[in-house]
Amino acid sequence: MDILSYTAVGLAKAIREGKTTATEAMQAVLDKIEEVEESIHAYVTIDKEKAIKKAEEVQKKIESGELTGALAGVPIAIKDNLCTEDMLTTCSSKMLENFVPTFSAEAIRNLEKAGAVIIGKTNMDEFAMGSTTETSYFGVTRNPWNTEHVPGGSSGGSAAAVAASECFFALGSDTGGSIRQPAAYCGVVGMKPTYGTVSRYGLVAYGSSLDQIGPLTKDVTDCATVMEVLASHDEKDSTSIKREDTDFTSALVADVKGMRIGIPSDYFREGLNPEIKDAVLATAKVLEEKGAIVEEFNLSLVEYAIPTYYTIASAEASSNLERFDGIKYGYRTPEYEGLHNMYKKTRSEGFGEEVKRRIMLGAFVLSAGYYDAYYLKALRVKSMICKAFDKAFEKYDIILGPVAPTTAPKLGASLADPMKMYLADIYTISVNLAGLPGISVPCGMDSKGLPIGVQMIANSFEEKKLFRAAYTYEKTKRMSKSVKCAE
Amino acid sequence: MHKQYETVIGLEVHVELATKTKIFCGCSTEFGGAPNTHTCPVCTGMPGSLPVLNRKVVEYAIAVGLATNCNITQYCKFDRKNYFYPDNPQNYQISQLYLPICRNGHVDIETESGKKSVRIHEIHMEEDAGKMIHDEWEDCSLVDYNRSGVPLIEIVSEPDMRSAEEVIAYLEKLRMLIQYLGASDCKLNEGSMRADVNLSVREVGAKEYGTRTEMKNLNSFRSITHAIKAERERQIELLEAGQTVVQETRRWDENREESYTMRSKEDAQDYRYFPDPDLVPIYISDEWIEEIRKSQPEFREAKMVRYKEEFDIPEYDIGIITDSKHMADLFEETTAICKQPKKVSNWLMGETLRLLKEKSMDAEDIVFSPEHLAKLIGLVDAKAITGTVAKEVFEIMFEKDIDPESYVEEKGLKTVNDEGTLRKTIEEVIVDNPKSVEDYHNGKEKAIGFLVGQTMKAMKGQADVGLVNQILKELL
Repeated sequence: MDILSYTAVGLAKAIREGKTTATEAMQAVLDKIEEVEESIHAYVTIDKEKAIKKAEEVQKKIESGELTGALAGVPIAIKDNLCTEDMLTTCSSKMLENFVPTFSAEAIRNLEKAGAVIIGKTNMDEFAMGSTTETSYFGVTRNPWNTEHVPGGSSGGSAAAVAASECFFALGSDTGGSIRQPAAYCGVVGMKPTYGTVSRYGLVAYGSSLDQIGPLTKDVTDCATVMEVLASHDEKDSTSIKREDTDFTSALVADVKGMRIGIPSDYFREGLNPEIKDAVLATAKVLEEKGAIVEEFNLSLVEYAIPTYYTIASAEASSNLERFDGIKYGYRTPEYEGLHNMYKKTRSEGFGEEVKRRIMLGAFVLSAGYYDAYYLKALRVKSMICKAFDKAFEKYDIILGPVAPTTAPKLGASLADPMKMYLADIYTISVNLAGLPGISVPCGMDSKGLPIGVQMIANSFEEKKLFRAAYTYEKTKRMSKSVKCAE
Repeated sequence: MHKQYETVIGLEVHVELATKTKIFCGCSTEFGGAPNTHTCPVCTGMPGSLPVLNRKVVEYAIAVGLATNCNITQYCKFDRKNYFYPDNPQNYQISQLYLPICRNGHVDIETESGKKSVRIHEIHMEEDAGKMIHDEWEDCSLVDYNRSGVPLIEIVSEPDMRSAEEVIAYLEKLRMLIQYLGASDCKLNEGSMRADVNLSVREVGAKEYGTRTEMKNLNSFRSITHAIKAERERQIELLEAGQTVVQETRRWDENREESYTMRSKEDAQDYRYFPDPDLVPIYISDEWIEEIRKSQPEFREAKMVRYKEEFDIPEYDIGIITDSKHMADLFEETTAICKQPKKVSNWLMGETLRLLKEKSMDAEDIVFSPEHLAKLIGLVDAKAITGTVAKEVFEIMFEKDIDPESYVEEKGLKTVNDEGTLRKTIEEVIVDNPKSVEDYHNGKEKAIGFLVGQTMKAMKGQADVGLVNQILKELL
């Protein structure tokens, strides 16, 4: 069997059984990267030597019985906004082009403890701001299904790497859909867990109250397995939650009998590509046939999610990104006169257009005289959106709908019109505003041969319901998991 | 003809809290240390780092709030204050604007013009910044982040003070309360207590406040007094000349005894405060407040009353001793061991105050332990050492907190009351001073005093004077 066609869980099992080794798997991935990376450009940093060396070490530990976990020996990719000790962490920005952290993110430490081996860091929209991975300082990533198209974003590099078999799974971060949307565009599984489930320590912050780290995987089983390793209470993150119910793989049961599924009719109005509409409703039908109770309902407030999100996320980002000032690390303009001029030039030259746009937007909504009208009002709308979800979850176990209004757009089509790009987040961002878990699962292809994703949303702490429904669907109608990259 | 002016003063007092670790990370708060050695990713603002609140900071803030009669905000939050400066590693300071931990308090002060209550608007918690060092030689600036993240509380008063005397009384009262709580050592010269003075003047009887200025860089009570006087005069001169006072922040230069403009209101930055999303709101339960209230120490007023009842020492002494929590603790603990309040008080009021003054130290800096002071008193009581020797030993103890018993033993400072040794020394003194012996025999009683002195000198002050007298008379 071709090593690359294993899922992460399947590979770890094969390694444990001696059918292959961590080193062989790493070599196979590196060969694949060699073959396709030029046309995909999923990675911004790859350390081959270190990856092989680390794989050899892990292999020894597996053989000695020291490592027995479900992910031991699996080569993985990490979004470049997660700090990796002694490895470049650029956030795909000129600002951090040369930045090497002194510590690794808690999520990465958890994965490394479980025996996963890092291949390198994946491309992303600069500082996670964007929906196409086109705002990266290091150039675009291409969609493995059709390299004329974007992979989505901001975790586009991670999604493309999984889809093109350049890793067995990847970590992303999701502030407004940045895991779920590229997962849908690239035909892989992606989850944003309940806020507070995965420690944010070591994640370079974009919108702190919305950011969550999560996995992009080949299938639902991998997703649940990785989530089990990622979820941990971390005292270094004040927003981290102590949870007892993180045995997610126990929910991998192909049975949704009696599960109440709500279809928000306001997610199916104008703007939604009809092919996506059909595919998503067909998914609901599959679950209904497996015993779920499917019902349409009105979620409400959907049109307020985008302005609310861009107000809150930009406000937080404007403050979070202040530390990039040319003083302590990262880029500093070569020529300047005095402190103020150094700040101004460094930040003007170091940040890209989209980042600057959001910093300005955020600074504006927080400024004296506008705080109440924008920021405070956005917080109020946010709590109304939370209430709308609370109400929905009184009736439904999960909410099922599209991930994005379209499939992956063509390269260059989105940046020209940022408003249009922002509107593409309409189905994903309210999940972040409400802190809920959401999963994106492949559910079909459009007429151009691009993947379509279905999104399932559950109440806080109810990831298990998502895994159960997604697993049931996947078992019933198995999708192709990855593609051979376009030659 | 001069009009009559009234000075209106409000204070913003920053106090560094005495926690062992910083407000949002585990780094040491110790003063000094090589630059950037008490730092970590959190207090240097590294990407991906996150703050975690030190519980002790909240406890100290509540304790100070209770001691100053404040309402405790039971649901409070931290906000980010955004401004760019290299000593501020994240370029935002984590502080409190919307929901400060304490509000609406007051402290009572007393000056020559009488008793008065100064209202406290609020007390909030925040983090300190690092320190910028400009290297003139290399023409570059360096930053030391050791102080970055040291916890502070800012105590904001209402504009209730009318003179420098009231300001000093208010500050002394705050310092005393906070020192008694152990929440800070409150040293103005080391920056663990910093006061910014907001001052305006108005004609006596006027209803509205005048335009105020804020004065910074006041490192001693002396500078505060000088600055208040100078700023009052400067503002009155402006008004008398028909000009207006500009709302601005000024910096005091103690050497030149004048202030200059730092920034005017027009340059005031928009700090774009908003709730810090990295920190969760703090819920302060009734139980927690009660727990802190119960563990509040006995404050000065209560102590003074009790001392008067419990110990037979002068009121003046009580005033001085209770002026410092450390001194009061020393007094009580030493007395508990040796049961001699009067003698303990004498050592504190006499030698201790003398040495503190000589070395220009604060009572808080005293190092000797109550055990050792008690031992010293014991040695004198037992006549094991003479008063002269005791003072010498005390000086060493004051400096290094040595154990007086072993020190006296080691250095052989014990009073000699062995008759043989004394007799031998006295015999030599008699032989060496025939003139005095003759005077004595001629009826000059005073001559014996000289001979005693000579003996004591030969014995390096360590002889039992009574015994010396007795033997001398016998031999003569």
